[in-house]
Order: sequence, then C-alpha cells, then structure tokens
Amino acid sequence: MTTSATMTAPVADELGLDMAALRAEFPMLHRTVHEGQRLVYLDNAATTQKPAAVIDAVADYYRTCNANVHRALHQVAAEATALYEAARTDLAGFIGAPETECIVFTRGTTESINLVAHGWGDAILKPGDEIVLSEMEHHSNLIPWQLLAARTGAQLQFIPVLDDGTLDLEAYRKLLSGNVKLVAITHMSNLLGTINPVREMVAEAHRAGALVLVDGAQSVPHFPVNVTDLDCDFLAFSGHKMLGPTGIGVLYARRNLLESMQPFLGGGEMILKVDWRSATWAEIPHKFEAGTPNMAGAIGLGAAVRWLRQFGMDTLHRHEAALTQYAIERLEEVPGLEIFGHAPERGGAVSFSLDGIHPHDVAQFVDQQGIAIRAGHMCVQPLIRQLGHAALSRASFYLYNAEDDVDALVAALHKTREFFDHADG
Amino acid sequence: MQMDDLYQEMIIDHYKHPRHAATLTDEEVLVDEENPTCGDRIRLTATVAEDGTVSDIRYDANGCAISVASASMMAETLVGRPVGEAREQIRDFVELMRGRKEIDPSELGDLVALEGVKNFPMRIKCATMCWHAVEHALNQLATA
Repeated sequence: MTTSATMTAPVADELGLDMAALRAEFPMLHRTVHEGQRLVYLDNAATTQKPAAVIDAVADYYRTCNANVHRALHQVAAEATALYEAARTDLAGFIGAPETECIVFTRGTTESINLVAHGWGDAILKPGDEIVLSEMEHHSNLIPWQLLAARTGAQLQFIPVLDDGTLDLEAYRKLLSGNVKLVAITHMSNLLGTINPVREMVAEAHRAGALVLVDGAQSVPHFPVNVTDLDCDFLAFSGHKMLGPTGIGVLYARRNLLESMQPFLGGGEMILKVDWRSATWAEIPHKFEAGTPNMAGAIGLGAAVRWLRQFGMDTLHRHEAALTQYAIERLEEVPGLEIFGHAPERGGAVSFSLDGIHPHDVAQFVDQQGIAIRAGHMCVQPLIRQLGHAALSRASFYLYNAEDDVDALVAALHKTREFFDHADG
Repeated sequence: MQMDDLYQEMIIDHYKHPRHAATLTDEEVLVDEENPTCGDRIRLTATVAEDGTVSDIRYDANGCAISVASASMMAETLVGRPVGEAREQIRDFVELMRGRKEIDPSELGDLVALEGVKNFPMRIKCATMCWHAVEHALNQLATA
C-alpha cells in the first residue's frame, strides 16, 4: 500500500497487465467522443466504467432468473436468492469480513452512512457527545452527521488537514480526550488523494472508547481493504466506483452492532412477526434490507469483485500508484499548474488548478479533445474553500488507465494554456 | 480548434478585461448568487435613476470565462436602458440561451459571441447566472 517514489512508469508490463486486452473488456472505452476521438476516461473517482463481465451478469440475471428473493418457493426465486446471497459472500470475502451476515446491501456509501447515523446514532448519542470527522470528508460523510448532531445535540469536531494534505494526527489525539462516541473518517480523500493511516487511528479511537466508521468509497475500489485487519466498526462503500452497477453499495458492521442497532427503513422483508401495532425484526442483515432489494445490482457487484480478483487488489494498487507518480511528474511540466495533496501515501485522485484559467474552462477544453476529467468542488466544499479556491480540476485513475491517458491529458492542458495565454483581449 | 465556437475572442477579451467589474462592500451588494455545481459566484449591485433607466451595474464575479464575460457584456448592454427594456433584454437573452428564441445577430451586439454557449448544455447556466442576478436586483429595487 505504499506509493514508492522510485517506482517509474510504465509498470503495466512488469505487473503482467496486458492493457490492450484489459481495455478490450470495457465496451465504453471503445466509443468515441467529439468526432471520432478516443475516450480518455479520467473521472474514475466519480464512477468507473463497467467490464462486459458485469454488464453480462446483470443482463443474464434479468434474462434467466429474475424473481423476488427470499420469498417465493418456486425454482427461479430459489435461484435468484442463491445468486443474491452468493454476491453477499463474495463481498464479505473481498473485505475480509468475518461473517457474511455482517454485509448489508445498501444503495451506496451515502445510504450506508445514513443507516449508521439513524440506526446507531439516534439511539446512542446524547447532548454533549462528540463525533470526530476530518476536514477532508466528502459531503456524504459530513451531512449525515450534521443532521444527526441536530437531532441529538451531539457536537462535531474536525481533525485539521495539514499543508501536505495529511491529517494532523496530534490534533486527532487531543480530540480523542473529549467525550467522543464516534470517529467517522475517510480512508482515502477523493480530492487530495491522501490515504489516511486508518488502522492506527482505529486503535487510538478504541483506546478512547469510541467506535470508528471508515468511508471506503475511494479505498475499497483501489487497494486491499480488510476490516479484520483495520479493526474498524463500520465500513461503507459503493459498487459503481469499483466496476459495479449504480445503486448498490455495502455497509459492513460488527455483528453485535448490527444486532443492537435499530432498523433504518421499515417495510417488507425486514420483519419477523408483525401485529397491528408492533413488530419484531428479521435476523441481520435482513433487518436492514427493507423492501425488494437491488438484486441485479448486488449480482453485478459480485461479478465486479470476482473480475477484480483475477488481478488482485495489490496489483491494481501498484499499477495506480505508479501511474499517479507519473501523472504528477508530467502535470507539473504544465506552466502555472498546481497540484493539491502531497501526502507520502496517496492514491490516484489528482486535483489541480491552472493559474488564471477556471476549472470549468479547463474541463471544457480537455473534453473537446476526448478527455473526461472532473471540475468543481468534488463534494468537499469546505476544504476547497479552505484551500483558497471555489473549484478545482481533478483527474482520477483506474485499472484501465495507462501512460497514454496521462500523456493525452498533459498535451491537452498545454493546448489550453496556450489558448488562454495567446487569446489576449 | 472547435473551442473557438465557445471561446470566441470577444469572450476572452471580456473575461480578461471585464467591464463594470468592481470590488463591492457587503453593504453595497444587492444580490449574491452562486452556482453550486461549479462554485461560480457573482455579487452584484445596480441603481435605477429617477427617469427609470438603469444608471449603474457593478459586480464582483468569480467564475469561468463564460460567466465573467457574460457579466461584463450584460452590464454593458443594460446600463443606460429603461428598466422595462432591460427586463425584456434579460428575458430574451435567457430564452436565447435555452434555445427557445432566435434573435437577429445584428441586434445582439457583443452578445453574439455568447450565442455558441447554447450548444453546450452544461455551460448555459454559466452564461445566464449573472442575468438572473441582475433581474433579482431590479426586482429588489422595484419593491424597495
């Protein structure tokens, strides 16, 4: 999981990755944009493209065994249930969960975090209790806690971000001496790329008597994440950022927590026995899966996880680390370009500004040359403002990106620079 | 480069040298609008003279080339016009951007440079935000 400064691109060959064969499995990477140009897709922190294996798994489910899970006794319902539960087993294995029952399917990271805020927070938190977040949290790991604080009278505390994009861990330790009940922290920043030392932070929080929720939206897709090793209490992540379909995600939580938590949504499937005025709840994880679940989504995500496993998450991480290193070096050649986030441990989300050119104009220019990057506040408005900007541009990588994508971006940024410098009104 | 369609020389000129731009104190600001998707922001003030003409528009715009150029052209276009005519111009421009209205290019003046924006749906808001802002300012002045 270490980004080695000495590792140089290209490494795909070294890692045994056949980039042409790999890209061939992604139909989207074969379409063209803006009059026949190759699509250079560098917005993977927002969502990833899907391999044929995932698209086929979803289509095959609808073609061959669509039925509602866990209810009917007929053959196709049994087959659908088996596929849905097999996906749960795949996901449990993928993140090293000790038990399959600890995997709750949700719509994504956002719903997973809201589930914890309601199911755990509403019952536990009292006025004066504290929730520790960091200044690099995505809105999805900020707003649910703001709402919870408003409902319960709990207070939010923030771990500052230092100039290099790492967290101020001394400040974190000081915060832990307060009345902290929960630490909710991103594993990897979607803006700065920083990979936080979550294992150490969990250990310290536990010593202080606090639980820890890890926002794994940017980590689980990109490097090995093992909940047993991290010892975290909750882990939230989304399927669509790791080759899976949209609308499916996971909440992992410890068994004892899931058993003691209140349901988040009520309805069918999550009950044991229902009377007119009361009800009892199904066993975990079903207690948290009210209504007909996203069966095709879960099955598609299971296929994504199996597809990723053929390479290994460590290989994926080494590929992205080397590509990120290469990207940072190349991007810094562009006059007036500033990169935000210089943590020694960082992943493949690279945010930057181009002096005198608004990020929206940057993104528009490079898009016209076939390159998809993100421009905006990346759902971390307070941190962007703190960095002195209203918006930034961001390139973010995945397994199917290589040096040719970075080269295309750098060339397009040079062109953008030239256009704005020469168009002198 | 096809980008010339969007980023015409006129736009870059207004972007680099915005007309009627100013640093405004909080007291002066009548309207403060933000586009949450990109962080573009405009703080704006306007005055209407006793004869009912828009006598002044000043703004503090932080945004992309399209948004700043649009604010600059908007102020140039509207200052000196009777309020009723200015409101009509605002409506026409917004409709033009939404592709719901054709306007004879000879009537558009510098604004003709912004016509290409309507072919870039994600950018239409960049061009229209300041026009909505000035409309809100005129509404405030009317009820004051």
